[in-house]
Amino acid sequence: MCGIAGLFLKNSALEPQLGALMSQMLNVLTERGPDSAGFAIYGAAAPGQVKFTLRAPAGFDMAGFAARFGASLSVHDDHAVLSLAQEKAAELRNALAKMPEIIVVSVGNRIELFKGIGLPEEVGARFGLAGMAGSHAVGHTRMATESAVTTEGAHPFSTGADQCLVHNGSLSNHNDVRRRLMREGINFATQNDTEVAAGYLSYKLREGAKLDAALTQALEDLDGFYNFVVGTETGFGVLRDPVSCKPAVMAETDDYVAFASEYRALADLPGIEAAHLFEPEPGRVYFWERAA
Amino acid sequence: MSSALEKTMEDTIMFDLAAAPLRELNEKLQTLPGGTNQTAWRIANPRGAHALAVGITTPVQVLIDGHAGYYAAGMNDGAAITINGNAATGVAENMMSGRVHVKGDASQSAGATAHGGLLIIDGNASARCGISMKGIDIVVKGNVGHMSAFMAQSGNLVVCGDAGDALGDSLYEARLFVKGSVKSLGADCEKKQMGAEDAAILSDLLQRAGVAAKPEEFTLYGSARTLYHFHVDNAGAY
Repeated sequence: MCGIAGLFLKNSALEPQLGALMSQMLNVLTERGPDSAGFAIYGAAAPGQVKFTLRAPAGFDMAGFAARFGASLSVHDDHAVLSLAQEKAAELRNALAKMPEIIVVSVGNRIELFKGIGLPEEVGARFGLAGMAGSHAVGHTRMATESAVTTEGAHPFSTGADQCLVHNGSLSNHNDVRRRLMREGINFATQNDTEVAAGYLSYKLREGAKLDAALTQALEDLDGFYNFVVGTETGFGVLRDPVSCKPAVMAETDDYVAFASEYRALADLPGIEAAHLFEPEPGRVYFWERAA
Repeated sequence: MSSALEKTMEDTIMFDLAAAPLRELNEKLQTLPGGTNQTAWRIANPRGAHALAVGITTPVQVLIDGHAGYYAAGMNDGAAITINGNAATGVAENMMSGRVHVKGDASQSAGATAHGGLLIIDGNASARCGISMKGIDIVVKGNVGHMSAFMAQSGNLVVCGDAGDALGDSLYEARLFVKGSVKSLGADCEKKQMGAEDAAILSDLLQRAGVAAKPEEFTLYGSARTLYHFHVDNAGAY
């Protein structure tokens, strides 16, 4: 099953409420995915700074670690967001390469990514989702089908700097695609099918494709059932497989564009009564962006 | 009587889903006696809830005042149910008789496997509209998505807009009337000559659905009946 929620704000006045709105949407989708939940929030970018979201085992001295790189630190349960000067990023990456116990959840100018096991409401509360601000967010509630219930297997999956992917469905050719991508140097941490889709997009983008072209190519190369929602620094995209068994509904107003697996998750958004509601068409790439 | 229930001057019974659970509503609707005088119901705050007004077996009128979730008005047997909004997957699935009217759009599998009654969709229906239909009449005022009337067995599907890919794939029987374009026909579905009987059925359905179009503006599609029997020449394909 699984539930997806995506919210892209056009009206910056709503930005302080982004986390609260995303939290409501994810909680409604608990019945579609009670195993684990996660979300990517695109907050404000600081000039010359880059953000690393890291996950560390209990007891790790994250404050001391952040201080080594002159990074500012924001701790959210077992996740921590380090903001540091871009020129220090390579040094941090080198240090992290020697520390396998620290998981790099996401990297980018604006993205912060959090995920964990448990009911969406508990996961959101652990990370303080309701208090987060930003311009757009992508969230997921998981009912595991293809691989184990672990934090690593929770969505979103990061696909590259400032990019993430969530998925509802199951891919049937993921083992084959994973093998091919591994030959191209893409690394995988799990046996999860969605991670393969994320790796596929990372690979296409690395080879120079634009995101919309990469998604269009995914229609050819990925076999199975999927609703994908991808987040980027400036917007979010939606793709459904040509058969489109998995549910999707979208709402657009002057203030926002929202995606949900079910209308129930949209029902509390402001101004939903007057929103343009539609079901995204099968096999069509949708994209919403705003000026960075 | 529950606090969610309230009788108005017009004898419409109001049920507010913000004040009482869905299970209570469905239990009330499903246990109405045959000769009930509680014949008009209005359901407030549906907010996309699933399984709204399912399994009703008495000829009452129900207005779902907002968007409905999965399987709304499913298994309906005799009631006239109006959805004042959109309907998610499987609206009026397995309807036996009665009438279901969606004022907005319907998601996939509208009218699936239904044996009778009339389903009217004012907007568009998405994929698999009328899948495995077994006698229902469906009138869609907008477009239908891919694989509509897949394995349909009997009944009539009227599409006033366009039809998506693979219309009527693996059709047994059923009349498919389309006013607009058909992106592609499914296996064993073909264009048919519209006879007087077909035109009369279409004309009646258009009139009952309040559509001001003429039967001659539509094209009839039906089963070529070549999949009815196994052909030994095709054995190599399996």
